[in-house]
Amino acid sequence: MNVLIYVFLAIGAVFNGLGAIALIRFPDVYTRIHGATKCTTFGSIFSILAVVIYGFARGGGQGGTLAVHALIALLFLLLTNPTGSHALARGAYRGGIKPFRAVVDRLEEKR
Amino acid sequence: MRKVAAWIVTAAFALVVYLLLVLWSGSIGLWSSSELIAGGVLSALVGLVAGRLLWERGGWRMLQPHRWLLFLFYLIGPFFLAMARANLDVAYRVITGRVRPGIVRFNPGLRTDLARTVLANSITLTPGTLTVDVDDESGEFYVHWINVKREEPRPEDVCGPFPTWARRIAE
Amino acid sequence: MIAELSFGVAAAVLLAFMCVSMLRLAIGPTAADRAVALDTINTLVVTTMVLLGAAFGQVIYVDVAIVYALLSFVGTLYIARYLEGGLK
Repeated sequence: MNVLIYVFLAIGAVFNGLGAIALIRFPDVYTRIHGATKCTTFGSIFSILAVVIYGFARGGGQGGTLAVHALIALLFLLLTNPTGSHALARGAYRGGIKPFRAVVDRLEEKR
Repeated sequence: MRKVAAWIVTAAFALVVYLLLVLWSGSIGLWSSSELIAGGVLSALVGLVAGRLLWERGGWRMLQPHRWLLFLFYLIGPFFLAMARANLDVAYRVITGRVRPGIVRFNPGLRTDLARTVLANSITLTPGTLTVDVDDESGEFYVHWINVKREEPRPEDVCGPFPTWARRIAE
Repeated sequence: MIAELSFGVAAAVLLAFMCVSMLRLAIGPTAADRAVALDTINTLVVTTMVLLGAAFGQVIYVDVAIVYALLSFVGTLYIARYLEGGLK
């Protein structure tokens, strides 16, 4: 059981780190959203799942409460993160930021 | 009649979430009496405020239970697989810095708001693709794609089997 | 005991990533870049709170994380609306 927790924590840390690096490395807003928001979401799934496994393994009132509350936090994270990043991308586009080095831009042709 | 039904269903959803939050708090089942009373009052209020907003424009068909089972299966099966694969792809791109970005347009042919929301959120949560805009009348998706393979893509090129699943779940 | 310690270590690692994201928050050329960095930091904060809740055995930290996730979501939507040129 402990090994599973360690593996999940390691995967979560790796993907969260990739998100942070992508934020520094990518050239414009849209690609940064790709790297940052989604790699951190994927990493957070594994990090929180480790906590859930730990809570259920510990059992009893406190462990169970920890696991269920962590699951609810994960659910809200999964619901709110894509909506937030979509709103940011749309706001950035309507605010006049063009995608960097885009090979094709269909949204431009629509206007 | 419709308003009362919306109120009751929304209040029931709020009550379920509240009961999950205060699990293991007391002796009546797993809950204490004060938590049960507070939860009832709060969820009734939430139903009054949010009931009108939540069920307009075709939300009622989500009350069929098999759609929720399908959604759960979709979440832990095909969706999670696609997400893991795309994450590895983006990890490769973060390290090497090879990107070919662009905004492409495609029409998955979904009609209801809920199906479009499911598809848009699935696309956004899969790295490599990001929904920038959705045309409300025609249902066309404008997707920022980090590695444009073709400039006039079919829906399968961008997001694999997601449109079929969105149609199965919410239409 | 060892499991609690590993949660603490993971939280410290996430704190380091948060500092890296702060760099983008400081230098980001446009407002949208800063908003994206803030969104990333919010996600990391929620995850860190859940991990710390497990490390210290305090369920209340996880409750704070839930409330923080919802409030930061509203904040992100508000900033996006502002970027769009709304707020009139």
